[in-house]
Amino acid sequence: MTLATGKVGIICCSGEDLPEGTISRVATRLVLEKLRPDQTVTLCLPLFLAGGEDERVFARLFPTIAVDGCSKKCAEGGTRKYSGKPVATILVSEVMKKYPHLRIKSREKLGPQETELATKVAEEIAKKVDEILCKAAEK
Amino acid sequence: MKNHKVVIVPCSGIGKTLGTVGRVATYKVVERMRPEKTRTICLALLTMGDNDALQLVRENPCIAVDGCPAQCSKKNIEASKGDLVHNIIVTDVLRKNRPLKPDGVIELNDQGEKLAEIIATALSEKVDEILHKEKCE
Repeated sequence: MTLATGKVGIICCSGEDLPEGTISRVATRLVLEKLRPDQTVTLCLPLFLAGGEDERVFARLFPTIAVDGCSKKCAEGGTRKYSGKPVATILVSEVMKKYPHLRIKSREKLGPQETELATKVAEEIAKKVDEILCKAAEK
Repeated sequence: MKNHKVVIVPCSGIGKTLGTVGRVATYKVVERMRPEKTRTICLALLTMGDNDALQLVRENPCIAVDGCPAQCSKKNIEASKGDLVHNIIVTDVLRKNRPLKPDGVIELNDQGEKLAEIIATALSEKVDEILHKEKCE
């Protein structure tokens, strides 16, 4: 059962080894800091394992969106395994297919194309946040 | 002689500036300072128990780089039965460099970059030490 209202949890993979992981991370921060700051919260994914019960109830407290860099879907799987089933998953590699002109290379510093892609992913997350909150308000 | 690389595993630190400092420090080492001797791995893969990730941390010396005292990286490597040989907590390094005021998660400010550089230098020296010790054994 989801207990909190008016907030959506976002768990990203952060994928340190892949540029797509950096995109998942930056897109998540864009939503938290700029697009939907009052409607979203986050938690470090590895804290599900390293933390305690307080962290593990996260997806039971908040409807949660997993943001994954690649098809291994660690954010979705990790959230389900340790906390609760995410309401939705956004896959960076799938969003990339819609924008084939945007190339990503760097894991560390985002260039103009990587920043544009992160913004596109952030917009998809924000849209999903609105959908979830709208559905919750209708109940 | 074993042909190991040192695996540097930063925490994901999505909520804090110091998580980004650890991540940036790691990239400085694996991409520029010691690219032939090091690599990194997605911490989330370890959290998920991915077989390739488990094998990598069990067969190579690992350094955990954690942004905060929760030490997610260290704890995940330990839970994976990885070969943890060293760990750095960014808050400890910051305490020794008090004038620095790192800020930003999406992008670090100059002082955050400087702290990342200090950590990267310390990591590089530790990598050399670990591989030298291994060579001598």
